[in-house]
Amino acid sequence: MELEGRAWIFGDDISTDQITPGRYFHLRSDLEKLAKHVLEDAREDFAKGVLPGDIVVGGRNFGQGSSREHAPTVIKLAGVRAIVAKSVARIFFRNCINIGLPVVMCDTSGIEEGDILSIDLEKGVLEDKTKGFQLSFPPLPDIMTRILREGGLVAHVRRYGDFNLED
Amino acid sequence: MDQTLAEKLLSSHAGRPVKAGEFVLARVDWMLMQDGTGPLTVRQFHALEKDALALPERTHVFLDHAAPSPRRELSNDHLFLREFCRTYGAILHEVGEGVCHQIMAERYISPGDLMVGADSHTCTGGGFCAFSTGMGSTDIAIAMALGKTWFLVPESIRVILKGELPKGVVAKDVVLYLIGKLGADGANYKSLEFDGGGIASLDMESRLTIANMAVEAGAKCGLFPSDEVTRAYLETLGREGSYRPFTPDPDASYLREVEIDLSSLVPQVACPHTVDNVFPIGDGSVAGKDVQQVVIGTCTNGRVSDFRMAAEILKGKRRHPSTRLLIVPASQRVLKALMAEGILEVFLEAGATLVTPGCGPCVGVHAGALGDGERCLSTQNRNFKGRMGNPNGEIYLASPLTAAASALTGSITDPRKYL
Repeated sequence: MELEGRAWIFGDDISTDQITPGRYFHLRSDLEKLAKHVLEDAREDFAKGVLPGDIVVGGRNFGQGSSREHAPTVIKLAGVRAIVAKSVARIFFRNCINIGLPVVMCDTSGIEEGDILSIDLEKGVLEDKTKGFQLSFPPLPDIMTRILREGGLVAHVRRYGDFNLED
Repeated sequence: MDQTLAEKLLSSHAGRPVKAGEFVLARVDWMLMQDGTGPLTVRQFHALEKDALALPERTHVFLDHAAPSPRRELSNDHLFLREFCRTYGAILHEVGEGVCHQIMAERYISPGDLMVGADSHTCTGGGFCAFSTGMGSTDIAIAMALGKTWFLVPESIRVILKGELPKGVVAKDVVLYLIGKLGADGANYKSLEFDGGGIASLDMESRLTIANMAVEAGAKCGLFPSDEVTRAYLETLGREGSYRPFTPDPDASYLREVEIDLSSLVPQVACPHTVDNVFPIGDGSVAGKDVQQVVIGTCTNGRVSDFRMAAEILKGKRRHPSTRLLIVPASQRVLKALMAEGILEVFLEAGATLVTPGCGPCVGVHAGALGDGERCLSTQNRNFKGRMGNPNGEIYLASPLTAAASALTGSITDPRKYL
């Protein structure tokens, strides 16, 4: 899977409360409306400016906090193609894969706002086309690559009627 | 092969011996969702087109985050979840019964169990030596349909607790100190496993407080061995028959070890906006900061022993006139105990406001959202920006003792001078 997009830069420890604030709790059954406030408490300009295909670039521990799957879901709904971060919190990471949103973990410190990034998930290579450098990242575990390739965990279980992760 | 607690508990549910680093399918004993994550979980369950729940009587649905509902959208979410329970036979826990983690602790979860929940603080069950962890809605929907889920068996960090806590220093201080030391991602993907002579002196409610916050260091779970303390607590809940002893094997292999001398600890405070931004209470960045709201309760510190210690400080006194004091029992059972023991009266005489058992103001939905520039000291588990309904508010985290002392003075106060 290859994808390309424009970088939006975020800092360390972006929490699910900053992605989907509690004051919008009542919008959780209306994800399109909730997506209008995505990442609002981290960067107010993001929800208004994000375009389909853009890439969210975080620092350490991106997505820390709550189990709310609404957080990666509204990032995806806003059009974001992938998340790149130095590290990603456990539940958020698993949620991204389950809903089919690619996550790449690598040293993001050289990437700047607006850089055009190209990501090859299979080869494990991220290229910053604006800056002209490449980074390699470890491929996802097989189990997660498979879920991602099949369009998420719901699609996987619908296809096989069960987990089918071991071959 | 000598095993950690995480390896033991996952082995017994995978049906074969497993070790850290393996991917396994494991059967689950309990599943939970709440009103924040539940509607999406149910929609994902429907998307699977399965006719029935694998284990309806072990699938629990809690109305605790927005309870009672402050808005019609949330009332409609509650209607949707009630209807799901009626149709599929899942167990519904109504508005006012309490926080999911507390109800599971009081009534259901036992040593050796495996629980997954669409709530990150599902790790609370680790206090009972249950492998208990938070996941998203899709994962829970699939566990509900299939009765199993997949895990990466975590590596474990052994936290050795030595000695005994001095007066005025409690479980919340221990876990805040640990998170400050590990960092907010210091245990990401790992199991925190508590060990050492110091754990015998920690009662079950202390262990639940510590396990509850394992996720604040990124951990998948926070496990205590089960022992006589566990057995005695189950007995008080009328569930002594569900006791089983679990300890890690002597030569189990750990990623690393962290040692904490309990006797050397002082009260701790986590400052905005991350839980690992922890300082000892005497530090200049903490002491004396004025607070407009104090919250005692939630799934972290809303149990009877938490309120007993707060009442010890508040008895016969009044809150500071500029500081609101909110009391949030973790369950109706806790609230009844507070009434029976006369503790509720102590709080009301001190000028406190009683909030419905549940999550209260912790999630920022209702019942205590902060105003612009306001500062809150809470016994909850998170202080993220915007957590309590306003990104322009500040949240400090501390123990019920520190919270009670701070409610009296109107500023962050060392509780030891009141004991």
